Amino acid sequence: MQKKRAYSFPDEVLEHVFSFIQSGKDRNAVSMVCKSWYEIERWCRRKVFIGNCYAVSPKMVIKRFPEVRSIELKGKPHFADFNLVPDGWGGYVLPWIVEMAGAYPWLEEIRLKRMVVTDESLELIAKSFKNFKVLVLFSCEGFSTDGLAAIAAGCKNLRELDLRESEVDDLSGHWLTHFPETCTSLVSLNISCLGSDEVSFSALERLVGRCPNLRSLRLNRAVSLDKIANILCLAPQLVDFGTGNYTTELQPDVLSNLTAAFSSCKELKSLSGFWDVVPAYLPALYPVCSRLTSLNLSYATIHSPEIIKLVSHCPSLQRLLVLDYIEDSGLEALASSCKDLQELRVFPSDPFGVEPNVSLTEKGLVSVSLGCPKLQSVLYFCRQMTNAALVTIAQNCPNFTRFRLCIIEPKTADYLTREPLDVGFGAIVEHCKDLRRLSLSGLLTDRVFEYIGTYAKKLEMLSVAFAGDSDLGLHHVLSGCESLRKLEIRDCPFGDKAILANAAKLETMRSLWMSSCTVSFGACKLLGQKMHRLNVEVIDETEPPCSRPESCPVDKLYVYRSISGPRSDMPPFVWTMDEEGTILH
Amino acid sequence: MEGGLVLLGGGSGGNGGGGGSSGVSTTESAVLSKVEVVSEACSYPAETELELGLGLSLGSSGGSTGKTKAANSSWGECGRILTAKDFPSVVSQRTNNGGPSSVAVSGTKRAAESVSHDSGSPTGVSQVVGWPPIRAYRMNSLVNQAKAQRGDEGDSGIGEKDKPKDALKKKLNYNGKQTSSATVNEKGYLGFVKVNMDGIPIGRKVDLNAHSSYESLAQALEDMFLRSANSLEKEPLTMASKLLDGSSEFVLTYEDKEGDWMLVGDVPWRMFVRSVRRLRIMRTSEANGLAPRFNESNDRQRSKPI
Repeated sequence: MQKKRAYSFPDEVLEHVFSFIQSGKDRNAVSMVCKSWYEIERWCRRKVFIGNCYAVSPKMVIKRFPEVRSIELKGKPHFADFNLVPDGWGGYVLPWIVEMAGAYPWLEEIRLKRMVVTDESLELIAKSFKNFKVLVLFSCEGFSTDGLAAIAAGCKNLRELDLRESEVDDLSGHWLTHFPETCTSLVSLNISCLGSDEVSFSALERLVGRCPNLRSLRLNRAVSLDKIANILCLAPQLVDFGTGNYTTELQPDVLSNLTAAFSSCKELKSLSGFWDVVPAYLPALYPVCSRLTSLNLSYATIHSPEIIKLVSHCPSLQRLLVLDYIEDSGLEALASSCKDLQELRVFPSDPFGVEPNVSLTEKGLVSVSLGCPKLQSVLYFCRQMTNAALVTIAQNCPNFTRFRLCIIEPKTADYLTREPLDVGFGAIVEHCKDLRRLSLSGLLTDRVFEYIGTYAKKLEMLSVAFAGDSDLGLHHVLSGCESLRKLEIRDCPFGDKAILANAAKLETMRSLWMSSCTVSFGACKLLGQKMHRLNVEVIDETEPPCSRPESCPVDKLYVYRSISGPRSDMPPFVWTMDEEGTILH
Repeated sequence: MEGGLVLLGGGSGGNGGGGGSSGVSTTESAVLSKVEVVSEACSYPAETELELGLGLSLGSSGGSTGKTKAANSSWGECGRILTAKDFPSVVSQRTNNGGPSSVAVSGTKRAAESVSHDSGSPTGVSQVVGWPPIRAYRMNSLVNQAKAQRGDEGDSGIGEKDKPKDALKKKLNYNGKQTSSATVNEKGYLGFVKVNMDGIPIGRKVDLNAHSSYESLAQALEDMFLRSANSLEKEPLTMASKLLDGSSEFVLTYEDKEGDWMLVGDVPWRMFVRSVRRLRIMRTSEANGLAPRFNESNDRQRSKPI
């Protein structure tokens, strides 16, 4: 049947045009123009991003996009990082692999975040995809080095194996020997999460030596400093390098060998690792410092003077991750040396200490905001803050896209005025018009949420803890934040009213997490009943929610939009509220 | 009507299985049928409110505050008729021993839970689950580094036994006090360890930081595994089983840093916390030969928390 079209391009022409459109969002927009564009687009979509693996089923994805080569899936909600999501909740990748093994024999790339990956899944990947190239397991768990051995042995054209921050059952370092001698295709290898157990170093050296395109290599802690020089000499083309332990027995030649090795790396731009640093060896880095754009010292327990010395050698630095040992003085030095700084993350060295162990306060962040005009992304752990500081920071940095402040003690007020920090965060959202991600902390009333709802029009992700007074706070956010996709809340007095009044909003978002709030079981049931395209999951490890009165608050609530209905792999402590008002289990 | 019954029937069935509550079940079902009636009554006002909305939200945005307030206050009233106070036996069954005496409001109960499973009062940030929001990956690193710095048991496995003393000295000179490192080690950041139970495919994690004794740990594990085992309708286990004294069908064991499997309870608690890698609830039949004092009456060592 010849459809009448307003133009006369053959499909191939449109396909060719579409091939220049890479971003998922743009592709989605293209597919909605008209039915024929939808058809053409879906046949030539090669890359799919699924932000919530339970929002859609593998079969549905395969049906719509039959020729996919690259898939990215995310599983557990973000708060799983902090042990708020019980083990066994879900996020299993095996069903996806099973379906894709049949449907996508030419699949090349799998990127997973916060998913449960088993050795069985890994073996299936190695067996099923002949041209498999990229495996990224970000913050995943459930597999062992046996699964990795299968990948190493089975994927003849493997380019990327990135296990960043995953939990791997380290059974044996010998999995590395499973890379065949013929494997020379590696471009990126990140094994930094592997335990402190020995990794087969000779196998590693041989592998590195025969992969001329290796650009990114991140070693694990078991590799000691004296071995690094060898590795670097085998791969001087590295752009990104993660050291293992930055320590070794004091030996005369180590420093000079190391310095020479680093000097040979003319392309090196990014460094990380640095467990157990011996400061005496830091000068070995000087030859590369001037080119460094990214430096992750967040595991390095070196103190302010040493950090300052290192950082002042890095004028091109764009990204710095560091422990709070840097202190206000170090941040001031950073502000004067690194004018290109775009991203700063300061982690606490002693998060549970009652007294501060370092002199890191709001002043450090203020200096950086003043000295680094390009600053866009901040993650800052500290113990005190003032509204005045936040206002200053907001005015200095109107370009913030991500601002995450964690004042360690919950509900901490402005230490000078004893007031809540509403005005400070209000200034952040008011001045930073492109803010996409915000994490709040400190003493906060409903007022801060009013500011957020009023100003944060581009905000996509909001994290809230121990804040607010009433449902009005939540209502401000749900009704005001037009771009909101992910909302995660813990320990706030937010209950039924705001959720029920804004139920439709929840369908425009990826997900909502609420734990230790005051949302009643009855409201959850109602939400599940009325909103058919939401999965309303109640999580309670101690007892079934229906054993208590319906007015009782649920322990944890996870609501997410889905077109595949309630999932079938729920553990005993998760209940889904469904359309008929029954509880699925 | 039937829908409501199914709901509550399912719930009480599950509870009935939970050991030791058989005596409560008749009261439970009487009470629960009360809840059912009440919730039926409550749902009507809420239903009418919903119909009034434009279908865009459950309570339209315009003059909604008034309406939703009304709906919710009637909802709230129904909720007030039956609070947890009306069936204390149900709730207290679930609260662990040594938990707060105020059993009534779930909020308090949850506050207690978020503090720790049974150990006393919150002492600041360290007792709140998942706060400060630092990823487990990073926490583990912090722990290992603190341990390495204190030269503790030389277990960092990196072969830097000479280094720790220097590193520690540096830290001392720097801030003149050792308290922060000491706190780290005693509390042990690496609170979460994996627990597997024979016959149950899904492993769990338990936060060792939340416990200060073997008894509270054993209680938490019993709650975690024995109750969920019941709802899965596996082997019937009684709540009275005690993992520690060898009187149950299962026994609690752990793998230590050297990879050996030991019976839990033989060493002082703090030593245990420092050396445990993971836990396993093993069938008693398989545990023979684990430790010399197995099944002995030497209960003093095990039951006394240190």
